[in-house]
Amino acid sequence: MVTHEATVLLIEDEAEIRRFLRTSLPAHGYRLYEATTATDGLAQAKARNPDVILLDLGLPDVDGTEVIRQVREWSAIPIVVLSAREQEQAKVAALDLGADDYVTKPFGVNELLARMRAALRHIAGSPGEPTEPVFTLGDLKVDLGRRQVFVSGKETHLTPIEYKLLTTLIRYAGKVMTHRQLLKEVWGPLHVEEGHYLRVYMRQLRNKLEKNPAHPRYLVTELGVGYRLRTE
Amino acid sequence: MEERRPDPDALLKRVQAEEAKQARGKLKVFFGATAGVGKTYAMLGAAHEQQNDNVDVIVGWVETHGRAETEALLEGLTILPPRVVEHRGTTLREFDLDAALARRPQLILMDELAHTNAPGSRHPKRWQDVKELLKAGINVYTTVNVQHLECLNDVVTQITGVRVSETVPDSVLEQADDVELIDLPPDDLLQRLKDGKVYMPEQAQHAIQNFFRKGNLIALRELALRRTAERVDQQMEVYRRDHAVVRTWPAGETLMVCVNMKPRGPRLVRAARTMATGLHAKWIAVYVQTPRHLRMPQADRDRVNQTLRLAELLGAETVVLSGANVAQELLSYARTRNVTKIIVGKPVRARWKEWVFGSVVAELVQQSGETDIYVITGEAGESRPLATQVVKRSSDWSSYGLGVVGVGLSTGVAWLMFPYFGLANLIMVYLMGVVLVATRYGRGPSVLASVLSVAAFDFFFVPPYLSFGVSDIEYLLTFAVMLIVALTISGLAVRTKQQAELARHQERRTAVLYALSRDLATHRGLATLTQLAVKHVREVFDSQAAIFVADINKHLVLQRGEQLFFEFDPKESGVAQWVFEHGERAGPGSDALPGASALYLPLVGSRGPIGVLAVRPTLATRFLDLEQLHLLEVLANQIALALERARLAEEAQQAHVSVETERMRNAILSSVSHDLRTPLATITGAASGLLEEKNQLGSTARLELAKSIYNEAHRLDRLVRNLLDMTRLESGAVQLQKEWHPFEEIIGAALTRLESRLNGHQVRTNFQQDLPLVLLDGVLMEQVLVNLLENAIKYAPPSTAIELSAKVSDHELVFEIADRGPGIPPGDERRIFDKFYRAGPAREGGVGLGLTICRGIIEAHGGRIWVERRRGGGAVFRFTLPIEQPQPMIEPEKAERHPAV
Repeated sequence: MVTHEATVLLIEDEAEIRRFLRTSLPAHGYRLYEATTATDGLAQAKARNPDVILLDLGLPDVDGTEVIRQVREWSAIPIVVLSAREQEQAKVAALDLGADDYVTKPFGVNELLARMRAALRHIAGSPGEPTEPVFTLGDLKVDLGRRQVFVSGKETHLTPIEYKLLTTLIRYAGKVMTHRQLLKEVWGPLHVEEGHYLRVYMRQLRNKLEKNPAHPRYLVTELGVGYRLRTE
Repeated sequence: MEERRPDPDALLKRVQAEEAKQARGKLKVFFGATAGVGKTYAMLGAAHEQQNDNVDVIVGWVETHGRAETEALLEGLTILPPRVVEHRGTTLREFDLDAALARRPQLILMDELAHTNAPGSRHPKRWQDVKELLKAGINVYTTVNVQHLECLNDVVTQITGVRVSETVPDSVLEQADDVELIDLPPDDLLQRLKDGKVYMPEQAQHAIQNFFRKGNLIALRELALRRTAERVDQQMEVYRRDHAVVRTWPAGETLMVCVNMKPRGPRLVRAARTMATGLHAKWIAVYVQTPRHLRMPQADRDRVNQTLRLAELLGAETVVLSGANVAQELLSYARTRNVTKIIVGKPVRARWKEWVFGSVVAELVQQSGETDIYVITGEAGESRPLATQVVKRSSDWSSYGLGVVGVGLSTGVAWLMFPYFGLANLIMVYLMGVVLVATRYGRGPSVLASVLSVAAFDFFFVPPYLSFGVSDIEYLLTFAVMLIVALTISGLAVRTKQQAELARHQERRTAVLYALSRDLATHRGLATLTQLAVKHVREVFDSQAAIFVADINKHLVLQRGEQLFFEFDPKESGVAQWVFEHGERAGPGSDALPGASALYLPLVGSRGPIGVLAVRPTLATRFLDLEQLHLLEVLANQIALALERARLAEEAQQAHVSVETERMRNAILSSVSHDLRTPLATITGAASGLLEEKNQLGSTARLELAKSIYNEAHRLDRLVRNLLDMTRLESGAVQLQKEWHPFEEIIGAALTRLESRLNGHQVRTNFQQDLPLVLLDGVLMEQVLVNLLENAIKYAPPSTAIELSAKVSDHELVFEIADRGPGIPPGDERRIFDKFYRAGPAREGGVGLGLTICRGIIEAHGGRIWVERRRGGGAVFRFTLPIEQPQPMIEPEKAERHPAV
């Protein structure tokens, strides 16, 4: 997937996690820079302009969310947050502030790589419209030009909101979308608090697109955070 | 041999007394006949000797009266700086008790034991300061003159004509370890006076003319010598008793002195004390409360209380009895206490009164049987103060008036009846009037009514009418009989009424005690009990009250509650502490700190002091009434016992809890340490294999090691997660973030999370169509499902199906998860939800917290969770969640299809 050697800035104070990523990431074609504090991380982010930032939320000097805020002031560099399990609220806050994705510690290399790839893909395409006119995922096919949805080759009718929800997820395929972000994109900025709307439409969408809605393959729920269109 | 053996009980008592004495400081009294004999001088001399023997001596208080030779002796001794007290504009210098206690010398000099302290001091009298010093283990040297001894007070007054107001209880002198008599012949003393060695010249002249007359001095010297001799005699007897020289046990005599409100009460008490000392008998001072007591002027009541307090001070036991007949009460009480001698005052009433109304003394003498009755004279000139009589009479005037009105009414009724009824019936009308007056207004008015009735009857209804003259001599007999009958029934009616009053009074007291003890018995907990106790004391005594309870460090803590407590002067919390430590009451009406704003009573339980009850009555003199004080003390006793019971229960509970906690901690430790170590051991072992320098392992083997590290790390993660969840749930740190969720979504999320671990198990789902939305915390509910699924995966054999279903039943969502595992052993259905409980052998790692966490979360959502055996083998876990109404509104979309471009 990675054509040139992508650069990664890792901002993390735990030495062992840095060590494990230092050995794993170069093996997968990434070039790694390390920072142990938020201040150092921000300085390096400006100086090196990396392709992706891996950010630990529990840094010793400045709160991780503050790093996101400052980076987002001047750049759209993909940021993947490394969070601990009890940082549920901070995680959502980080995503709403503009972080692209997250992994929860402890995490495996494959999981992290998948998140990084999704984040990079998102930035590689234009931020608004999908590049391909037809989106295909398993037995799901969406013709974005004609606004047609096919499941196993059979056309399925969606309501306008269902369709908008689906295309939004396709646009950010593989990346987690918080409730807030989805509500804003689909219903508009005035409806960001009405989480149950989103859940009800998501259920309808699953019933139409998933073989077993109770064990979805594509439209997966990240409880407490949001939804993700799973692409791999 | 038998005869020479000392009485073991007495020996034990002596040993106890000596032990108590050893902990206490020793008291040495320099005792003299009058001022100027050289007591202070002798004391200072002795102090110098002690100091030379390296004893830490300090002068607490010495009065030199400007005598040069005494002042010279002060040199070389450390003097404790006096406390300066401001009192009504003047500056007083006073002994500083707290400084002395803090300084803790071995020996302290305290001149003039009988001194009265400045107002605001802790104790009103110096001898009380000395007692406290002794209690603190400090030795004391002090001086006292014979005229200051309480029991000799009357005698000295008789001899010298001067009443000494500063007195010292005899017990202080009796309990002294050493008494040194400082004697000086009267002529030498007079010479010293004339030389100005005792008082300044002008004072000396005044003194010689009044107190220091030679006759007085001789008499006082005799008193002092005799007193000292008595003491030596006692010592001799103690010695003989200890060494069993001869058995000289007096038969156990008990004296009883009867106190009334007469002013000569104190004299009676002192006489009784002298007699009791002479007989080595114990003595009781008794007051009989008759119905009249309630109507007595406050001054009289106060006098009774003062007399009883004096008796207590002189070593008597004081008792207040209630009853209508004084003599009967006294005798029956005397019998229960085996009293051998009863001391009463000589009646001072006129002979005829005694003849008409009878007298207590006469009744006592008649019915005393084997008990001796001593009748002691009162003192002339000490009659009742006039003021009280005036007060009494003025209050009675209206009753007498109403008595007259009563007779008037009887006459009116009789006048109406006169034409139709005989004279006998008219007499009945009058008698009825007398009875009514008697029950309403008491003896005096009823007697008046009786006499007036006879007169009115004569005047209006006996011929010749409207004259007191009598036509027929027979009527005189009628009048006499009528008068006697009227007086008798009025007397009976009055007594009946008084007894009823007394009964009511007693009943109120009993009711108060009953109410308190019932409340205290039916409630639990220190806080509740103090609240109740305070409430009762407030109600019964119309006062503010507070309770202090001592903590483990014996510091008093004011028990606060919703009830309003009075604001304490910070100084007064010191009073409470003092009361607690000394076990004596303090405040108005007691010996210690009479200036305090509230009365403080120690709360003493069966195992020692517990706390202090503080009571501030709205009427300041309230607790000067001995009866009220006794009632308060009884209440305090009950409260103390109840609080002690609560304290013990609390301690027992705490002990129980700490045992429980300890057991739990051990269970956690053993369980957690085992379950955490197992994966750690695997990880460490596998990692060390990979780390080996000369690595002989093939790539397959390395992969295997890496896999096991990965798996075990996951297992460890789950363990830690469960432990953390449990801790958070138990500490109440978990706040439910409830939102409306389709339940399928939660199941979907849980299944997605467990995908990699399904281990070949098939998951079948069967959900009712159109499940309503459920208000729940999504993250926690996902945890429940993950735990239940993990459980099923753990126990069910691989490749068997796990079946999930959800449906609505009776306003509840019912979820169930069924597996084909070994099922739950019978009897374990409830226990598997308990902390650290694992069914069967711990095959897969797990601390036994997963199901406990499930139960915690489900119950927090208002649901239930349980497990059943599944038909055909396996287990079915079911839980319910309430379906909240109303469901949130979702506006339907208008267009079914999305519009074409």
